[in-house]
Formats: sequence, C-alpha cells, structure tokens
Amino acid sequence: MQTKRSRVVLVAVAAFAVIVAGCGALGGGGSDAAATATTAEGMGGMTALEEAAKAEGKLNVIALPRDWANYGEILDAFSAKYGITIDEQQPDANSQQEIDAANSTKGTDRAPDVFDLGANVALANTTLFAPYQVGAWADIPDNLKEASGLWYSDYAGFMSIGCDAAKVALPATVADLLKPEYKGMIALNGDPTKAAAGFHGVVMAALANGGSADDITAGIDFFKQLNDAGNLLPVDPTPATIASGQTPCVIDWEYNNAAQANDTNAAAGIDWQIAIPTDAPPVASYYIQAINKDAPNPAAARLWEEFLYSADGQNGWLRGFARPILQEKLVADGTIDTEALGKLAEASAAPVVLTQDQLTAGQDLLTGNWTITIE
Amino acid sequence: MDAVAPAAPDRSDTGASSGGTGARGSRHLGDYAGVVPFFVYIGLFLLLPTLIVVVGAFQANDGSPTLSNVESVLTEQAFLAAFGRSIWLSVVTALLGAVLGGLLAWAVASGDPNGRLRPIIVAASGVLAQFGGVMLAFAFLATFGFNGLVTLLLRDSLGVDPQESAGWLYGMNGLAVVYTYFQIPLMLIVFLPAFDALRREWRDASESLGGSSWTYWRHIAGPILAPSFLGALLLLFANALSAYATAAALISQGSPIVPLQISTALTSEVVLGQANVGKALALAMILVVAVVMTLYALIQRRASRWAK
Repeated sequence: MQTKRSRVVLVAVAAFAVIVAGCGALGGGGSDAAATATTAEGMGGMTALEEAAKAEGKLNVIALPRDWANYGEILDAFSAKYGITIDEQQPDANSQQEIDAANSTKGTDRAPDVFDLGANVALANTTLFAPYQVGAWADIPDNLKEASGLWYSDYAGFMSIGCDAAKVALPATVADLLKPEYKGMIALNGDPTKAAAGFHGVVMAALANGGSADDITAGIDFFKQLNDAGNLLPVDPTPATIASGQTPCVIDWEYNNAAQANDTNAAAGIDWQIAIPTDAPPVASYYIQAINKDAPNPAAARLWEEFLYSADGQNGWLRGFARPILQEKLVADGTIDTEALGKLAEASAAPVVLTQDQLTAGQDLLTGNWTITIE
Repeated sequence: MDAVAPAAPDRSDTGASSGGTGARGSRHLGDYAGVVPFFVYIGLFLLLPTLIVVVGAFQANDGSPTLSNVESVLTEQAFLAAFGRSIWLSVVTALLGAVLGGLLAWAVASGDPNGRLRPIIVAASGVLAQFGGVMLAFAFLATFGFNGLVTLLLRDSLGVDPQESAGWLYGMNGLAVVYTYFQIPLMLIVFLPAFDALRREWRDASESLGGSSWTYWRHIAGPILAPSFLGALLLLFANALSAYATAAALISQGSPIVPLQISTALTSEVVLGQANVGKALALAMILVVAVVMTLYALIQRRASRWAK
C-alpha cells in the first residue's frame, strides 16, 4: 500500500500546485511556439523541440496501462532518454474517460498532454486536438490519419484465432471452425453489439464468406452456422477461462491472444497458438494518437509523439504484440525488432480497417439480428 | 416496488387515519421532520432517475427534443422481441414462483407455528430471495455450466456431452430456471403472513355449518387470499422484469431481454451515443410496470369488495 499512499500524496501535491498555478503564472512562458507548432520544423527543428521539452521537464499521459502494448517500457525509455518526468494518470481509464479528464482538468497543469484513443472516440472529439505531423508523417497511410495532423493511427490489433494446440489443431481458415472437431470449443470475445473485439470477429467471418466491410451479413450467417453446429460457446473468454480449459479456441485481437501464450499457461499444459485466418484479409483496428490542444506541456507532448513514431517507440509496441503503423518502413529500413516480429502470426494481405460509416452500418445490422442469430 | 407489496388480508381499517380525531389545524411542520430523510431518499433514487430517463428518452444526443428514440423502441424488431421475451420470462417465473412458493407457504402455515422447521425455512427464504445477481449465476454455472460439477459428473459417469447437458443454462430457459430459484422464496416471505391471518375458527365454522373443504377454499380462504396472491404475483413479475445482474452474468452473447438491451445501449464501445435509446427502453419498462400496477389496482378493488 506504500505506492497507493504516495499516490495520494502526489495527488494532494498536484492539487496544491494547480491552485498555486491558478493564482499565479498559469500556462508559463516560452511554450507558446510549441503550442501552435504543427511540425518539428515549426519549432526550429528536432533539437529545438528537445530543448523546449526538456525545459518543460514534464509530460502528462493518461490511460496507458504499463502492461498494455508494452507501454511500461516505452514510458521508461522516453523518460530516461530525455530526462522528462512522466505523470501517468488513471492508467486503467477507457478512451471516453480520457476525453472526460481532458475536459474536467482543462486549463490546469494536470490536464493530459497526449491521448491514446479508440478510433470512434477520437473521431467524435477532434475539436480537442492540436494538429501536429510527426517526422514520419509521409509513411502513415492516408486513410489512417487526419490530413492536417489532428490525429494519426499508432498501432493495430489484427483479428486472430487462438487455440490450445494440446487439445485441438490450430485452424488455418475461418471455414475450418465449422469442422466437427471444434464442437463446443469456440468462444468470441464479447458480444459484437457491445465489444469491438467481438464485432471485428464477425467482420472477419464476413470477409471470409464473401461479405465485405460494407455488408457483414455473411459474417452473421457464418456465426449462425457455427452456433447451429454447436461449435460456438456461449461463454465470454477471459484469461481465466483459457487457463481452466473452458474456452479452447478464442476469436480475439492478436495482442490479447498472443499474451495467452505465456509461461504460466505453458506450465499448465496449454499450448496456446495463434493464427490469422488465410481465407480473409486481416481485419485490423488501430488506436489513435492525438495531442491535447490545451496541453500544459506542448513541447513535451510533441516530442513524445516523435518518440513514438521513431524506431524505439514502434519496436516498443511491437514487443507488446501490437502491430506498429510504421512496421513496413521499419522492415525496409532494417530497424525492426525481428525477434518481436517473429512472435506475431503471419499476415499476408493488407489489413482491412473499417470506416466510421461501416462500423455504424454493421452495428445497425447486428443490433437487429445478433440475439436471434445465436439463439 | 414497496408500494405494491401485498396488503394484509384483514385490512378493514383502511379509511381510518390515526390522527383523525385530533385537531387537524394544529399540525406543525415539525411533525414531518422524521419523514424528510425518506422523501430525500425517494427523490434522489426514484424521482430523479425517473426524470432523467423520461427527459433523456425524448432528447437527441445534442439535447434537442426528438421522438426518434421512442420511435426506434416501438418499431425495431430487436427491441420488440426483447420486450416479448422479457414479459414471457417475467410471467412464467412469476407464475411458477407464485404457485410453488404459495404451496410452500401453505405447507409452512399449516405446520406447527412453534415448530423448529418453520423459522429455519423462513430465514432461509429471506436469504435466498435476495440471493440473485452474479453470485446466483455463478452458483448455477459452477453446478450446471459447461465445467459444472453436475455436467462433469454426467460426462464421466454416463458419457453425456456437456454441449447437450449444459447448453440450456446460457439462454432463456436457463434464465427462467435461475429466476424461479429466487422467486419461490420471495413468494414464501410475502405470502406467508396472508396464510397466517386465516383463522382456524373460520374453517371450524364452515365445517360445522356443513361446508366441504372446497366450500371453505372457494368461499372463505380463496377470496381472502386472492388480493394478497395477486399482489405477490405482481411483485414477482416486477422483480423478474427488472433483474439485470443475473442475466448479465449468465448470458454473454446476444441481449435477449430488455435490461441487457439497455446495457448494450449504454456501454457499447462499437457505436457511441446510444444512451438515450437506452433511456427510451427504460421508459417503456416503466410503462409496462405502470400498466400492470393499474390492472392490479382494479383487480384489487374488485377482489376486496367482499370486505366492505
């Protein structure tokens, strides 16, 4: 409980600092150039940006669990490289809570400087973001960034199938899941009308069965077949259901599945293997980076983004089983962490990423059909 | 729901107010100080949420007035089907609970009032009636789920496929069984006082006048118990209609009943901004209960006419 107490003290100190700052020099000086800079050049180059960020000496991040996509290592590496203290706020908050926190702490030096958001939440809140284009801007695909730099995708999960190979062979395709040997074995992570993972599982099934990102009817039909065959389990998979053997096969994001191939499970005789089905292009969902336009540390915020889109930051995510957006560039440059890359499943084609309209259309379809599909 | 708790059958003094003989004008505000916490509580946890639900149901996400939330609740097949299933589940489990719990109450009431079994059954019912939610769902999963004790026993001894023997638990049938589990003891608690109020002398009087057992139940006990039974039935209906945690813990795919649809509308991370559709669904649930309560009031008035 030592840490909890020190956190309480920290909060109290921070609250006091906010009050003092509110009475005195709010916003400080010297960061005005950083607050409006849309590129590192706008600050006078990377060296100037570094200087300004070090002068600020602080960075507020929010909702970055240290065991999520390897953020612990990334945060420590940034802090060590630039000597900037990172305040990790509400590590377990969700995307909407990040936005709520930015609104409620607006104007204080506790406000988050940068966001890591789910795509739909990011798209609904672009007015809170400051445009900024990182050095590797040109290498981020156009459909995965906002043209002026308000937001840009950072890392993706691919939809995958994880199976305990000690119990049943790893399927190569979505169609394989209909085979009788998978009877009572397949679990989908979350109700697709609620959870993004479950939803993209249905999209993956649609793409494998002649459907498209625009019309996922084929995916719903596939799950109906799967359910009728008795292969689909009405159980929500968690690390506990995997460890206890209740859910021998799980359709989930690759980073969730990859995390199950761990030593504890191996010691328990669970040989967790992961496949990205070959009968559909990989279905991906990217998280999104953005800078708070009211960031109390605007230069550090921009330096943080530059760091994330450097080989160090990108490889950091890769080691957390997330697929960094600059993966191809890193492969071409020869700077990729080949060992970490080797741990990810093979994915042949370019990933399919749903637009907001496609998400809404798919959701409308599921709301009307999912409950009767799995009856 | 306390307002619909069954009335004691001998409630013949309904019109008489305790302060009726005093001077009405001399009442001070201070007399009401004791009930202030109650009204604050009702205001914060019943009226305010109801107001938020009613207002939200008619608001678009930007706060402007709209009928589209209510319209989608009334027209979309998924929502209508969910209401159908919710009402089916509530009616079935209320009837099962009322009949089985009523019989149990009869058995307890006709036993020795000072016996040792009675306090045990009443105490156990008091606990089990509140034993809903995640705990109950877990208890059933641990017993009848795919990895449940009974399921594995059946598999190992008789070779029954868990898919066949455990699949029922995760759907509407499973919900009906689990809900009935807490409806029966609830029925016992709320209905036992009505049985206790039946006086031995009434039966003796009926028999000494040549009445059969049927005459007694048809003309004496039945009419006295009917309002309480109907009240208890309604309580069980509302209890099942509004139950959420048990279903949420048991059902992971699909949202067959309305409380789960509301949860989807409020918590989906796939499509945002459905909160007000959820409020429209909640408003529709309030209306269902309002209709049932009105029916109850009408039946109650008719059923208790003999007492006047």
